[in-house]
Amino acid sequence: MSIFEYNGSAVVAMVGKNCFAIASDRRLGVQLQTIGTDFQRVFKIHDKLYIGLSGLATDAQTLYQRLVFRHKLYQLREERDMKPETFASLVSALLYEKRELAKDFVVSGTASESLYGACESMYKPDMGPEELFETISQALRASVDRDCLSGWGGYVLVVTPTEVRESVIKGRMD
Amino acid sequence: MECVIGVVGRDFAVVAADTSAVQSILVHKTDEDKVMVLDSNKLMGASGEPGYSSQSTYRRTSTSIQFRNTIPLSTAATANFTRGELATALRRNPYMVNVILAGYDKDVGASMYYIDYIATLHKIDKGAFGYGSYFCLSLMDKLYHPDMTLEEAVDLVDKCIKEIRLRLVVAPQNFVIKVVDKDGAKVHARREYISDSPPDAAPATASAAATEA
Repeated sequence: MSIFEYNGSAVVAMVGKNCFAIASDRRLGVQLQTIGTDFQRVFKIHDKLYIGLSGLATDAQTLYQRLVFRHKLYQLREERDMKPETFASLVSALLYEKRELAKDFVVSGTASESLYGACESMYKPDMGPEELFETISQALRASVDRDCLSGWGGYVLVVTPTEVRESVIKGRMD
Repeated sequence: MECVIGVVGRDFAVVAADTSAVQSILVHKTDEDKVMVLDSNKLMGASGEPGYSSQSTYRRTSTSIQFRNTIPLSTAATANFTRGELATALRRNPYMVNVILAGYDKDVGASMYYIDYIATLHKIDKGAFGYGSYFCLSLMDKLYHPDMTLEEAVDLVDKCIKEIRLRLVVAPQNFVIKVVDKDGAKVHARREYISDSPPDAAPATASAAATEA
């Protein structure tokens, strides 16, 4: 089995009007066995920057720790937070691959094909925070229900200039 | 074949493991202790082949950190330290050890962490490793509830042990159950399997028959 399918994961992010949303499933599995239903895949780097890491859980945890370390050093030197574009360059350099800046949505994980389809049909540009929350939640739920390795609930984060809203969404627990 | 089970209760945590040391088809010993008492408030149940040697290396490193910094490590710190050690070794010389780490801290209460051999760290209330986990996890999903008393938690572990003995082919028979709470970490109970032994008359008959022949 591929290391990208060992733990199972689904991560999606969408851009709205002056806001963004990022969501992930909550299952931690070891191949066919479910170990936990509250696993965290979306991490905060600073107030306006979040990263969702899909794939092998141990590597996601290691990468997150390395990124936080690099960002904290950057904060000490520059006395400010990293811009998302800069951070994206850092991530792509660490992962040794080209990055693409999307203007609408990005998806990742074992449910990525389903997520592409769901997001493509549900997304429209310039959504407000409430509509964005609904859209991303429905897209995530619909996609993970077709993937046996991800799901068991969802975690959604909507960030606007003034506030951050975290929610746990109920889904099919199977 | 090795089973490690962990359950978090009201203000304690229980870690149980089988006590057989097995290599291929041979059982080397049936009283191997796989649940290590790391210090007065932590238990580490480890399963996997070099688990035994890893534990001693682990204990040396964690004790040295404690002495250097004069503060006892919290359970969360110990769990993250362990994950770091496993993750660093992962792509060079991996430790093939799965760990259930449980501890009691004054400020946080009882907590338990699942750390598998590829260094995936997750905080859990109930968990299990090994083939026994296929039976235990669903049992625990059904019977576990938060804030269990010690009697209820040990009863849950006993039900898991009973199921492992009954349903797992080549099942380990003997288990040790350890508990960690505010008063420290210690052995709570052992579960030994008493099978039917042949009656004492049998050997005498056999030797009589041998003499005749």
